[in-house]
Amino acid sequence: MESTIVKSVDYNAYFGENHVVKNVNIEIPRNNVIAVMGPSGCGKTTFLRGINRMHELIPGATAKGKIMLNNEDVMEMHPIFVRLKIGMVFQRPNPFPNLSIYDNVIAGYKLNGIKLPKAEKDKIVEHSLTRVALWKEVKDSLTKKGSFLSGGQQQRLCIARAVAMEPEVLLFDEPTSALDPISTSTVEELFHELKKNYTLIIVTHNMQQAARVSDKTAFFYMGELVEYDDTKQMFTNPRDTRTQNYITGRFS
Amino acid sequence: MEAPIDTNLATRPDERSGRVVSIKKQDTVSNTKRINRSFRQIRAENVFRRTLIIVALSMIVLVLGIMLTLIWKSTLSIKSAGIGYLWGKVWDPVRDIYGAYPFILGTLLTSFLALIISIPFSFAVGVFLGEYYPKGWLSDLLKNTVELIAAVPSVIYGFWALAVLVPIVRNFETKIGVEPVGLGIFSSSLILAVMVIPYAASLGRSMIQMVPSNLKEAAYSLGATRWEVIRSVIFPYTKSGLFAGILLSLGRALGETMAVTMVIGNTSLIPKSIFAPGNTMASVIANEFTEADHPVYLSALIELGLVLFLVTVVINMIGKKMISRFTNE
Amino acid sequence: MTNHVKYRIGKSAAFKTLTIVLAFACVVPLIFILIYIIQAGITKINWHFLTNLPKPVGETGGGIANALVGSMIIISVASVIAIPFGILCGIYLSENRKSRLAYWSRLCVDILQGVPSIVIGIVAYFWLVKPLGTFSALSGSIALAIMMLPIIIRSTEETLKLLPDSLREAGFALGLPFHRVVLKVIVPCGISGILSGVMLSVARIAGETAPLLFTAFGNPYLSVNILKPMQSLPLLIFNYATSPYNDWHDLAWGASCILLIWVLTLNIFTKLMTRKWKVQL
Repeated sequence: MESTIVKSVDYNAYFGENHVVKNVNIEIPRNNVIAVMGPSGCGKTTFLRGINRMHELIPGATAKGKIMLNNEDVMEMHPIFVRLKIGMVFQRPNPFPNLSIYDNVIAGYKLNGIKLPKAEKDKIVEHSLTRVALWKEVKDSLTKKGSFLSGGQQQRLCIARAVAMEPEVLLFDEPTSALDPISTSTVEELFHELKKNYTLIIVTHNMQQAARVSDKTAFFYMGELVEYDDTKQMFTNPRDTRTQNYITGRFS
Repeated sequence: MEAPIDTNLATRPDERSGRVVSIKKQDTVSNTKRINRSFRQIRAENVFRRTLIIVALSMIVLVLGIMLTLIWKSTLSIKSAGIGYLWGKVWDPVRDIYGAYPFILGTLLTSFLALIISIPFSFAVGVFLGEYYPKGWLSDLLKNTVELIAAVPSVIYGFWALAVLVPIVRNFETKIGVEPVGLGIFSSSLILAVMVIPYAASLGRSMIQMVPSNLKEAAYSLGATRWEVIRSVIFPYTKSGLFAGILLSLGRALGETMAVTMVIGNTSLIPKSIFAPGNTMASVIANEFTEADHPVYLSALIELGLVLFLVTVVINMIGKKMISRFTNE
Repeated sequence: MTNHVKYRIGKSAAFKTLTIVLAFACVVPLIFILIYIIQAGITKINWHFLTNLPKPVGETGGGIANALVGSMIIISVASVIAIPFGILCGIYLSENRKSRLAYWSRLCVDILQGVPSIVIGIVAYFWLVKPLGTFSALSGSIALAIMMLPIIIRSTEETLKLLPDSLREAGFALGLPFHRVVLKVIVPCGISGILSGVMLSVARIAGETAPLLFTAFGNPYLSVNILKPMQSLPLLIFNYATSPYNDWHDLAWGASCILLIWVLTLNIFTKLMTRKWKVQL
């Protein structure tokens, strides 16, 4: 099995005239946690949303270049296929308010009209919730609405929802920025578990988080990929002065 | 912790697993199913997008269709009477003479009279709910009751006016010494005034509530009384919004048909006073449309409808523009 | 100085009193009308009244069964046409806020909202009654459906606009196609607002008379054929109220009472629901 799962080739993204992601070339190895960091407005979130074609949902947003998933260009695929293979978790927990916890986990099947036998649904729900370490907490209240949970639990529910679809890659857009410190550490612990089965790409503005959870780190600045290396290497011995300035806190 | 669960799930589509060789085939089957499904979804998605566009387009077609139908069906009358139709003083279907002036006058008289009567009341409701008592059960009750005024069907207003209001007006007319008909422009205006109160009132309320409190506080801090704040801060600030509310009431009054038809007295003569019977554009159409036995007659009635359509559209558009400009500021 | 201040305070109080008096005076005619109609009508309503046809002039008794059935049919058909159409259009407008088509479409909805109902009656006459060669319930339903559209479209659009974008994104990120995101995520989340708009629109047309004058036309007999003329409550009230016969007036009072109770119940019910669901309309 090839080790590279996602590879971008000369990827550019625009909002109207605004060139927000410039010529990004990056190779992401399978079953790794990749942190994408940089100051706000550096294009990191846009790049992340480009990987599963969420970028183009914004009116006026366009993109050029290639994003290869297992040597297939996602820009050539229909977004629906892309998003079935590449799941996403957002900055703010966004469980479906009209669905129960149970239905939220299998939302990807239910809302897509995929009929599964009850036993199989039960398995998916239990399995996904176990993977995000939420099963024990909610197994007795599966019929309650997802909005009853705390912020951290909601976010893990959203991760379970993405995991239930069995994607290959999971994208996280600042997944802990709306959470309290305890919930944050629970979610961070999850990343270690999840990378056994998935490839994780995490956008974060928090350098400590990047250092804690990731195997490799990419640093974006002004829409460019400045530096991409093993996390340890990046934080101990950055090659680019801009990276150095950033991680030593000279600008934020 | 992981392993036992995963074996349970061995039948699920899991491209990465590759752990149990025997289930690989099943994987491909359900994956193909999933992908075929998705192709169907993509087609459905395109159909849905197209349906939405067609629906949105058809709203435009509908409104254009209404306008073009009115224009097309009134060409006969437009050709025969020309622009003079609007100020022709005689409406006599028997002699085939069609002048809309009596009805235009009737419409303007009833509508403006109704507005003049209703404005103090709707403003009072607006100020009461927007400034004095924006909260509390009493204001809720008043607000909901005033909104219910708009919910009562106009045919019921007409019937009530016929049975109760018209005799009262007739008595009043006897007292002031005009011909006691009861039916007529004055009665129509009274019932219309009741009917249009909610329109200006609810808009007025929301506009007055939007006045920034720091403006009001500035005036209070200078020692202004409540009334002075209302007069010199709230009214100037909400001027255009209140005016838009009046326009919406006017648009409603101009097009109102049933209640007016029932109490205006239905005569094609030019009303000599506000107590005289008359006809509005809408009431003539309601009364004579099914009786119009020759083409020019029918066409002349439709031209009335066209005029009514254009006038109400213009008034409503100006009103809506003013509201959106106000709320955007 | 103090006198002047006193004068200003007095003036302010006087204005407040005037406002309160005028504001509550608005309610007086409504209460008069309600009491009068209910007094005049409630005594006429009984089982016989609801289940029988109107009698010809000179015979006492008779009921309004044909108008009740007719109103139900006309309103149902109008709803069947207007509700899906209106909701879809509302969805388009909220999903494509800035497109040129949305701008013009929205403008047309605004225009339609202000068109006098009698004008819609005229147009329905030329679109349906003339080509079909007869007055019909269907043409009346279409006229009423046109009147329902702006209310449904506006409430749908306004409701869906308020839903957070994160909901749509959650749906898209799961690989849902656009129509499923809309129909399975967005619409269910906004269903309360949409339903309120639908009910409001039904309440609005339940009492409409003018567009039915040249379309449904009225019919003294019981008819369930939507391609033939049909009686409806407001039409019956108008025709009998403007007739010179007391027996018919009695029928009209009874019918008015029923119509009034029906329409007000619908309105109050909608109000209670919007309050419970915290919907802004």
